[in-house]
Amino acid sequence: MSAPAVEVRDLTFRYGDRVALNGVSFAVGQGEIFGLLGPNGGGKTTLFRILSTLLSPAAGQARIFGLDVSAEPLEVRRRIGVVFQNQSLDRRLSVQENLECQGRLYGLTGAALKDRIGDALARTKLTDRRGDKVDTLSGGLRRRVELAKGLLHQPQLLLLDEPSTGVDPAVRLDFWEHLQRLRSESGATILLTTHLLEEADKCDRLAILDRGSIVATGTPAELKEGIGGDVITLTAPDLEAVRESLAARLGVSGQVVDGAVRFEHPRGAEAVAGLMHALPTSVQSISVAKPTLEDVFIAATGRSFGEDEAPAA
Amino acid sequence: MTLWAREFRGFYRQPARVGAGLATPLIFWVALGSGFGSSLRTQSGGGYMEFFFPGAVALVVLFASIFSNISIIEDRREGFLLSVLVAPVSRSAMALGKILGATTIGAVQGLFFLPLIPLLGLPLNAMGLPEAGALVLAMAFGLTGLGFFFAWRLNSIQGFHSIMNVVLMPMWLLAGSLFPIDGASLWMSWLMRLNPLFYGVTGLRRALSPTPVTSGPDQATCWVVLLAFCAATFGIAVWEASRRSPENAS
Repeated sequence: MSAPAVEVRDLTFRYGDRVALNGVSFAVGQGEIFGLLGPNGGGKTTLFRILSTLLSPAAGQARIFGLDVSAEPLEVRRRIGVVFQNQSLDRRLSVQENLECQGRLYGLTGAALKDRIGDALARTKLTDRRGDKVDTLSGGLRRRVELAKGLLHQPQLLLLDEPSTGVDPAVRLDFWEHLQRLRSESGATILLTTHLLEEADKCDRLAILDRGSIVATGTPAELKEGIGGDVITLTAPDLEAVRESLAARLGVSGQVVDGAVRFEHPRGAEAVAGLMHALPTSVQSISVAKPTLEDVFIAATGRSFGEDEAPAA
Repeated sequence: MTLWAREFRGFYRQPARVGAGLATPLIFWVALGSGFGSSLRTQSGGGYMEFFFPGAVALVVLFASIFSNISIIEDRREGFLLSVLVAPVSRSAMALGKILGATTIGAVQGLFFLPLIPLLGLPLNAMGLPEAGALVLAMAFGLTGLGFFFAWRLNSIQGFHSIMNVVLMPMWLLAGSLFPIDGASLWMSWLMRLNPLFYGVTGLRRALSPTPVTSGPDQATCWVVLLAFCAATFGIAVWEASRRSPENAS
């Protein structure tokens, strides 16, 4: 096995006084679909920009296939395909012309360029759209053109920034099918950032990034198992009182998050009956659920996933 | 050079821009030239239309540089620029492609202007035309490099226009385009000497004029200053584009 596709060590980045990344470390193996999950403002985009050689880290290292992104940006860029959050197509040009322009930037010409364009279009099922002006395409088709553009030079690593932002669920599903097929057909490594829990669930492995630090890494299943059983959530008028009596009578440390007290229990269903007796009658509801990635996030940070998010723009 | 080709193609797909780029200086030249012509006489005895001609060419080049660089701001807005930035192309090659594209547009427009001299029956030194062409090219390169630098830093077209009005237009006004340096007050003449464009316009005037032009710096100085200007603006353009700053990454 050669160098990991991505290796990040103690990465730090500041915008002026604001620390965007604080000692981030993780590695992505070749052929993985790896997700960077985090709330908006958590540092995902900064990390993405460092990996795509647009920013240099203040401290620490980022290597792609063993190549340092700061020291050898051109070599790194040859190996990565980047799909940005915002569209990067020239809308006045056709799909084909956009891909030609992209190909030439990567030093492709003549027959080789034509082959690659044909291949990228076939992979993204856009062959019959090659002559269409980008202006006339739907949002979903445009995302696919972006993907085709990122795939054109057959990169070993595909970086996607929030691929599902502003895209309806059907398109999202379709896009994921394309990603998964791509990985199984060409063995490419895929790294994507997301703030959608359901999207993170589909990744092979995840790193959860919050306030510039990685708070958890693992497969979605491992992360959920790490919670330790079930998640029990209680609602009551006085949450603090409930939390205190949980601690006093059952020795359980609960967290007050999002208008409820929550804690983990190895066998949630069995615990419920005991809780009914032990707790004040003011408790309004008790629910037991299998942990989700949201629970993983709460357990790691003590906050709910959406709490930091800026009001929707 | 892909970027060079893209610049060029984009330009000629907008015929209005081609027309306006040529028409504005023409209007300036004819209106100002004939308007001032009756009240002003240059010392060399030539008509004002003749005196003003190199300045009008410089204006064509200036406009082309301004408009070409606006596309940088548009590309950044549309996200196209980012995908260029992550391509395995060095920033200096990228800046060179972009600047050469804009230079070609500016220079071609400027050169289109030259045949107007004989057409209007003005005296012309035909032997000086190749040198004049080279000077136009150098002016276009230098001004485009400067425009690139500003366009790269700014993220709004409005901001770019105001910079252009504050920096490039005065540069043109003080380039000996409208009035000769001999007639300028002392502080004004110093400002003109500090202005690289002054050397371009003077050089162009000398190359085109059939009678010797004695006013202003000699031709060798004009060339040296103009080429140094090109090198300097290209340098700052590449430097600006190479910085991996947060502004460059969005």
